[in-house]
Amino acid sequence: MSEPDEPPRSATRFADLARLTPARIALGRTGASLPMREVLRFGLAHAQARDAVHAPFRPEEVAAECAALGLETLMAQSAARSREDYLRRPDLGRSLSPESEAALAPRRGMFDLAIVVADGLSSTAVHQNAVPFIAALLPILQRQKLTLAPVVIAAQARVALGDEAGLALGARMVAVLIGERPGLSSPDSLGAYLTFGPRRGLTDAVRNCISNIRPGGLSFGDAAFKLAWLIDQGLRRALTGVDLKDDSDAALEAGVAPVALPER
Amino acid sequence: MGYRVAVGRQSYAFADLRELMAKATPLRSGDVLAGLAAGSMEEMMAARIALADLPLRTFLHEALVPYEIDEVTRLIVDSHDAAAFAPVATLTVGEFRDWLCSEAATTDALARLAPGITPEMAAAVSKLMRNQDLILVARKCSVVTRFRNTLGLPGRLAVRIQPNHPTDDAAGILASTIDGLSYGCGDAVIGINPASDSTARIGELLRLLDGVIARFDIPTQACILTHVTSSIALIEQGAPVDLVFQSVAGTQAANASFGVTLALLQEGLEAGRSQKRGTVGDNVMYFETGQGAALSANAHHGVDQQTLEARAYAVCRAYQPLLVNTVVGFIGPEYLYDGKQIIRAGLEDHFCGKLLGVPMGCDICYTNHAEADQDDMDTLLTLLGTAGVNFIMGVPGADDIMLNYQSTSFHDQLYIREVLGLRRAPEFEDWLRRMDIIDPTGRLSAGQGGQALLTAMQDRAA
Repeated sequence: MSEPDEPPRSATRFADLARLTPARIALGRTGASLPMREVLRFGLAHAQARDAVHAPFRPEEVAAECAALGLETLMAQSAARSREDYLRRPDLGRSLSPESEAALAPRRGMFDLAIVVADGLSSTAVHQNAVPFIAALLPILQRQKLTLAPVVIAAQARVALGDEAGLALGARMVAVLIGERPGLSSPDSLGAYLTFGPRRGLTDAVRNCISNIRPGGLSFGDAAFKLAWLIDQGLRRALTGVDLKDDSDAALEAGVAPVALPER
Repeated sequence: MGYRVAVGRQSYAFADLRELMAKATPLRSGDVLAGLAAGSMEEMMAARIALADLPLRTFLHEALVPYEIDEVTRLIVDSHDAAAFAPVATLTVGEFRDWLCSEAATTDALARLAPGITPEMAAAVSKLMRNQDLILVARKCSVVTRFRNTLGLPGRLAVRIQPNHPTDDAAGILASTIDGLSYGCGDAVIGINPASDSTARIGELLRLLDGVIARFDIPTQACILTHVTSSIALIEQGAPVDLVFQSVAGTQAANASFGVTLALLQEGLEAGRSQKRGTVGDNVMYFETGQGAALSANAHHGVDQQTLEARAYAVCRAYQPLLVNTVVGFIGPEYLYDGKQIIRAGLEDHFCGKLLGVPMGCDICYTNHAEADQDDMDTLLTLLGTAGVNFIMGVPGADDIMLNYQSTSFHDQLYIREVLGLRRAPEFEDWLRRMDIIDPTGRLSAGQGGQALLTAMQDRAA
């Protein structure tokens, strides 16, 4: 058997299997059914995930944390005016409100990358994980000598809102960091969606996605490496999406850091 | 051509077939979102009354999505089998519903009919059917497919083990897989949704599952649910690909949003078959679908989401799939708002797929932003088990820790087998008996049947 403080990589009993994954395995059974304790454990997790969907977003806190990293921020709001609106009308969540569009327009420039922090379906995920992830990403982007647009902090927002924001700011590429729909075991999962050439009418086929960024999932460091690798490759090849395969794992194992872009 | 119906003193007009179909559809949030839903309950019934009188053959010369701009329409029209359609060619949609429910519609008659049915016909008649009709008729349909075992036989239910892990950790995936096998799951497929889309990582996962299947000589198949282009690339690299996966939808534009064309799916089929890894058949494709995919991609052409979903099955049908899975509640409340809408959609999808001759399974599922819970899933599972669904998902504890949604569990499949007496795929059932995982009655063995599987973990660590 392994030492107590070292998770085992082998299992001799079914109960040991459960230590190898956060998945709900080796639960036991009573007849064909789940034991009572598991029914209750599941019910509690579901209740917490339901609550996470409706927890309020606090954009000013995200802005303050970004400022501490030396990043300038812009506040934005989607065309959805309420959570109910947001859940039933994804089209509204994909568009900037007219006021936000007007607010972003004067900041148009020549940027390699715009970062958009969006509440999505879990403001819990954004509050816990968005800024630590940016903090891990920032040094790599600086090594790549990328020019960054002000960080957009968007409320009641879906991924495609980043297309409008990126377009408004004149960014070659947009990375949307968004609260993913909360799972039972991970109400705090952050997703990162990368899109080259942001503009209206794009589909998910032109995006690359890194999912499950959180302390219990993909670590900030690993996720930052992956995203920086995709940004680097995407800018070089002028594309993102299904034609840009994520081979960052091989680069990571080979110890190859994403290299700096040529000076422009 | 327009349609007009008088109900009492009120007259309802429907500008074209698309509008008639959309307004006849049981209420769901996706059609409301698209601005296609009926404005009142009475208008919905007026549309159904008009639809019931519509000759079924109307769908052969009136395309809902134009032939010229959509390759899915071209596939449907060009591959229609007029001889198979002949027995119902003179019926209206309403008469077709009556025929389907009648004793004349036997299992054999329905199988012969399938190539003559277009997805629009299936969708139209489903809109006139109550839940019990959808169950009754689907139960008479039999769609049997084979790769390393035989799926879809009457009285059988298969289960996909879905051992997803948020970081694709091999030990974690293996642990979930072994747990699932020990509950007698895995005959449909052992299928991983990878967190990574790195071909190198996916190749490792393929070799991991291939190793488990080979080591214990399990009569089942593995699949990594990655884009068809990745599977083709992996086949070229010599990775052990059993099944080629792809998400598909019911319009060319929606498929484009998934990065696929029909030609690409054909390439995937040929690449998969070139491997010759099946032992009892060569159904090598695994497709997933779900109502709302086309609208989500802004590619719905003013057609209701349920009709477009049925069109996705016509896409699947062309590639002789082993498995077609409607991931019914995954897409979220903007398309299917609550448990009632999810349950209805699951029954419609299963019925339409089976009527079209597609090996339908269902991911009976919901997300945490939908107004649904595990009670709704129990209901849909019980209904689909009764309707003869080919396969369901087996997710540890019903909680997918990678995709963040709830599905059916290893325990849920035990429940439905216990209640309805459903058995596993025959080859897989024999294997479970040999391993002493199940007893002769099909219940989990009281002994330590799964213990041998644990050696895979020990050897892995060694």
